[in-house]
Amino acid sequence: MFTAQLSKNASRCAALLRPLKASLTSQLGRPFSSSVADDTTSLTIETSVPFISSVIDPPSRSAETTPKELLSFFRSMAVMRRMEIAAGSLHEAKLIREFCHLYVGQEAIAVGMEAAITRNDNLITSYRDHCIYLARSGELVAAFAEMIGRKDGCSGGKSGSMHFYKKDGGFYGGHGIVDAQIPLGCGLAFAQKYLKEDNVTFTLYGDGTANQGQWFEALNMAELWDLPAVFVCENNHYGMGTADRRATKSTAYYKRGDYVPGLKILFIKATVHPRLITLS
Amino acid sequence: MSDSSFSYHSLRRRPNLRSSITGQVSESARGMSRILLQRVARGGAAASSFRHLQNVTRAYSSAAKEMTVRDALNSALDEEMAADPRVFLMGEEVGEYQGAYKISKGLLEKYGPERVIDTPITEAGFAGIGVGAAYKGLRPIVEFMTFNFAMQAIDQVINSAGKSNYMSAGQLPVSIVFRGPNGAAAGVGAQHSQCYAAWYSSCPGLKVLSPYSSEDARGLLKAAIRDPDPVVFLEHELVYGDSFPVSAEALDPNFCLPIGKAKIEQQGKDVTITAFSRMVGYALKAAEVLAKEGISAEVINLLSIRPLDRATINESVRKTNRLVTVEEGFPQHGVGAEICASVVEESFEYLDAPVERIANADVPMPYATNLERMAVPQVEDIVRAAKRACYRSVPMAATA
Repeated sequence: MFTAQLSKNASRCAALLRPLKASLTSQLGRPFSSSVADDTTSLTIETSVPFISSVIDPPSRSAETTPKELLSFFRSMAVMRRMEIAAGSLHEAKLIREFCHLYVGQEAIAVGMEAAITRNDNLITSYRDHCIYLARSGELVAAFAEMIGRKDGCSGGKSGSMHFYKKDGGFYGGHGIVDAQIPLGCGLAFAQKYLKEDNVTFTLYGDGTANQGQWFEALNMAELWDLPAVFVCENNHYGMGTADRRATKSTAYYKRGDYVPGLKILFIKATVHPRLITLS
Repeated sequence: MSDSSFSYHSLRRRPNLRSSITGQVSESARGMSRILLQRVARGGAAASSFRHLQNVTRAYSSAAKEMTVRDALNSALDEEMAADPRVFLMGEEVGEYQGAYKISKGLLEKYGPERVIDTPITEAGFAGIGVGAAYKGLRPIVEFMTFNFAMQAIDQVINSAGKSNYMSAGQLPVSIVFRGPNGAAAGVGAQHSQCYAAWYSSCPGLKVLSPYSSEDARGLLKAAIRDPDPVVFLEHELVYGDSFPVSAEALDPNFCLPIGKAKIEQQGKDVTITAFSRMVGYALKAAEVLAKEGISAEVINLLSIRPLDRATINESVRKTNRLVTVEEGFPQHGVGAEICASVVEESFEYLDAPVERIANADVPMPYATNLERMAVPQVEDIVRAAKRACYRSVPMAATA
């Protein structure tokens, strides 16, 4: 999914990615083999950690994939990781001003979701949006330009790190006030139902956000009106600097929907295997 | 919008059809008939004896139709929902209850529960849902039972609706209308009486409109629904039941008033009085009182608080040289403060007296009737301020 964009910006991206290819090659002990990159033999992979669920049967731990697909996942995640590390350096050098929220360690969520959904499905998140933007067909150079505040940025340099948008990729931002994106995501789902689109909206939020009031309001209305909305909690165990057990009485975030009858919740630990099972 | 500007300008040339046709009706009599008509509309012991007068004056008018503000808003909602399937209405009690103030009466039966949606008491949630739906090109009308409750959702109004178009470099325009009653009702206490015009009008990205008459309500609400930007539409509970004459142009389904244009309700040459919403009625009454004392007041109905029609206000002040601003909101950082600054910046040499601001008393709205009357601007306050601006009165105590 990434290779098409990278080849388009090859001249600009080559400098960024040269160290990546070299380091990967040395770790693998052999150069990238084109046969692996094109290998479409079917593989069955089991997740290393079982799924935990509430009110729903957990999905199967095994999934079908191919080496080509796995390598594309890895490449995407590696690009995301390198981008975030570079962004961190730019932030320390004060070239990225004020807020710069990094997605390091969470790449699997973005890549895994993208593998299971389509461009017509919508996605919305809070301010930790660099990698979601890339996953939704955003461009690497546009992302960096926006972070640094240049007019070639994806928002014209007007919003910065927290407000990437890619409407034609089905990505609706990029929101600085955490928890605001949850009703907004329900609104996207509402519109999909209103317009009779056969698609879903994924609303991403963090463990810190899960305590805010709008979350409960939106969840109630989503279930009341049967909206095609999937809420994804990216639990990195910290809300800014506060550990989740200091901010949340019950850190079993996946059990919160128990109070809303009919809601089905899935708890997927961050895993090497990025496939997300969509809920019907 | 060429049709709407034609309609608007034709209205401006004929601010009152009765007087233009009869030619002889004096200003005070015209104002008197307006007050009488309002009394008649509300009924009461004197209504029947005034009906005779109403019929007499009506015989001279060709635009005989009267409409309450409530019906004007209802008809605007109805016509816009019929014209565009993307328009839907969402809010507390808008559907089965027929509207908390009956503004959305009959719409659920006509358009069904998919387009007229009763929400739980979750302002932040449903305002956000409205904005999210607007991201995908729908045209929501989000009703707040009053704008006091909209404070629960103000983040969605300002940060999500108001700023998204700018932050996304144009990818996400938000064509939404947030509407509901604003300002003081009667006896509802401090937490249910605030005017939020100044709050929303300070935010770039939003448009803020506030109608007074039925024609204003129809024209501005239609313009708001058709506008591609988020609009905060401030109505007034105590004006919903008031009846105003509506012209044939105003009844046209495509009748829109231009956003950003104020209306001169009454020409004058001695002092300019600006007002919006219910205070326009008070300003007009004050103008009648002043006319008896030989002061000719020009009353401007702002209609659009953001964008503010600075050109019309300044042009008027350059003519009269004196300004009184009237609003229901609190005085500090209010609409009057902005108008005063605008006039000082652009027309300082033309001012013959300091600008007078009439606003709600700087205190949470009291409940007791006599205290509430002292807190909300009254006609006497406007008259006193206008006379002060004209150097006609002796300086009085702090409450003057």
